[in-house]
Amino acid sequence: MLEVTGLTKRYPTGDLALKGVDLTVAAGEVIALIGPSGAGKSTFIRCINRLVEPTSGRVRLNGEDITRLKGRALRRARRRMGMIFQEYALVERLTVMENVLSGRLGYVGFWRSWWRRFPPEDVAKAYDLLGRVGLAEFYDKRADELSGGQRQRVGIARALVQDPELLLVDEPTASLDPKTSRQIMRLICELCRERQLAAIINIHDVVLAQMFVARIVGLRDGEVVYDGRPEGLTPEVLTRIYGEEDWTAAAPSARAQARGGPETDEERLEGLV
Amino acid sequence: MSSSAAAFDARRWRPPPLVRSARLRWLIGLGFALYLAVALGTLEINWLRVWEGLDRGWAFILAFSEPDFLTRWRDIRQGLLESLTMTVVSTVVGIALSVPVALGAARNLAPLPVYLLCRGLIALSRSFQEVIIAIFFVAMFGFGPLAGVLTLSFATIGFLAKLLAEDIEDIERDQAEAVRATGASWPQWLVYGIQPQVMPRLIGLSLYRFDINFRESAVVGIVGAGGIGATLNTAFDRYEYDTAAAILILIIGIVMAAEYTSSLIRARIQ
Repeated sequence: MLEVTGLTKRYPTGDLALKGVDLTVAAGEVIALIGPSGAGKSTFIRCINRLVEPTSGRVRLNGEDITRLKGRALRRARRRMGMIFQEYALVERLTVMENVLSGRLGYVGFWRSWWRRFPPEDVAKAYDLLGRVGLAEFYDKRADELSGGQRQRVGIARALVQDPELLLVDEPTASLDPKTSRQIMRLICELCRERQLAAIINIHDVVLAQMFVARIVGLRDGEVVYDGRPEGLTPEVLTRIYGEEDWTAAAPSARAQARGGPETDEERLEGLV
Repeated sequence: MSSSAAAFDARRWRPPPLVRSARLRWLIGLGFALYLAVALGTLEINWLRVWEGLDRGWAFILAFSEPDFLTRWRDIRQGLLESLTMTVVSTVVGIALSVPVALGAARNLAPLPVYLLCRGLIALSRSFQEVIIAIFFVAMFGFGPLAGVLTLSFATIGFLAKLLAEDIEDIERDQAEAVRATGASWPQWLVYGIQPQVMPRLIGLSLYRFDINFRESAVVGIVGAGGIGATLNTAFDRYEYDTAAAILILIIGIVMAAEYTSSLIRARIQ
């Protein structure tokens, strides 16, 4: 459903962030994009919804070429792609409900959004999603009153209320503690399964990626250097992605955890916290 | 015992100075002292005249100690109401003009030509003192409150648009980016991504500008732009210092009340 071919991004400073990336994501497929800081993960997903303009290459969403869209057509394409951010990126002075409803902005006219008069179906949908992420009673709280994990749940609800076909997730757990990180990753993956949503999850925590995601893509210096199952992340592969380091400790235990599945992980976590 | 540890002397450590070169540091200090000495030397102070002035000043204060609110009450009342009206109208008009100018003067929103135009307008408004603008508008539109309202509205742009534009340039980018990612249109993006972030500042600045506009309305009245300043000027011209004192007391009272109220409101919206 998502086809990226030859995606290249050169910033005005001359930095070549992406060097002809090819990637295909099937409907309902969740992939984790791993790689060191500066590998181009953020740039990659921002080139897909055109928050960053790609220099060359092509992005097709269900056959439609996103890279050539302008104005209204681009906004329509963006509303089909929900985005979740590292620092949650909630509008802090708005309420939780307003933040979630901002996910509907692509569907309503200006004056309706100005007066916060969203269609009742939208409000109901937003409320249901808040319930699904476990924050039903928080709807009139201001976003800056919430904890990190709660904010990220609101961010997830905002992305899902768009009725997206694809989720673009940028380091969803980088600002969270280990337990909350796992809960958030689990929630995102569950929601993708429930709704048959495709997702690209940028994440620098390799263990977390292996635990929840069946396909892992490794990016280094703007190039894909690995694309396969989480079990394939041998120390040699990790060295190829991240550079020289002693990976023997990380890789086998991570593989063991991945085989154990989320249940075992949950138990281990309860013991830890 | 590495060499770097040997070079470090814990007792001699001081934070690095602001100006690195010791010679330059001394040069700046000496230059400043020299300038101060020369500047003080050029002042010609006639101490006898200062002594006489103290005497006259005291007489002035005595004259002010018995303010007369009643004799010219009708004039005072009319002047105050006119000033308040000028203040309200010019603040509202000024805000209405400042918001679009501020959007245009924020580098992260506006394309370069619009940015330069709006920044130019702000610079123009800021480079003239209110009294000079008032003289210009009085010459154009004649004596009276219209010239005052135009003056204060124009001056409000320089103040409000500049500070608001700077606040817009300082917003959290990811919040605005998130709203853009939902497929929001440009006006929706302004209302959801930008406005909530700058609203407290806009309200605070507007209230603050309300104070300033009231104070300035008294000043621009002196050059004929209407308001309580005109009444005050008349009182001075007639040597009615008791009436002038009453007017000054009222201005001070209103400014203080406005400032106190606006600080209360600003504290609440943070």
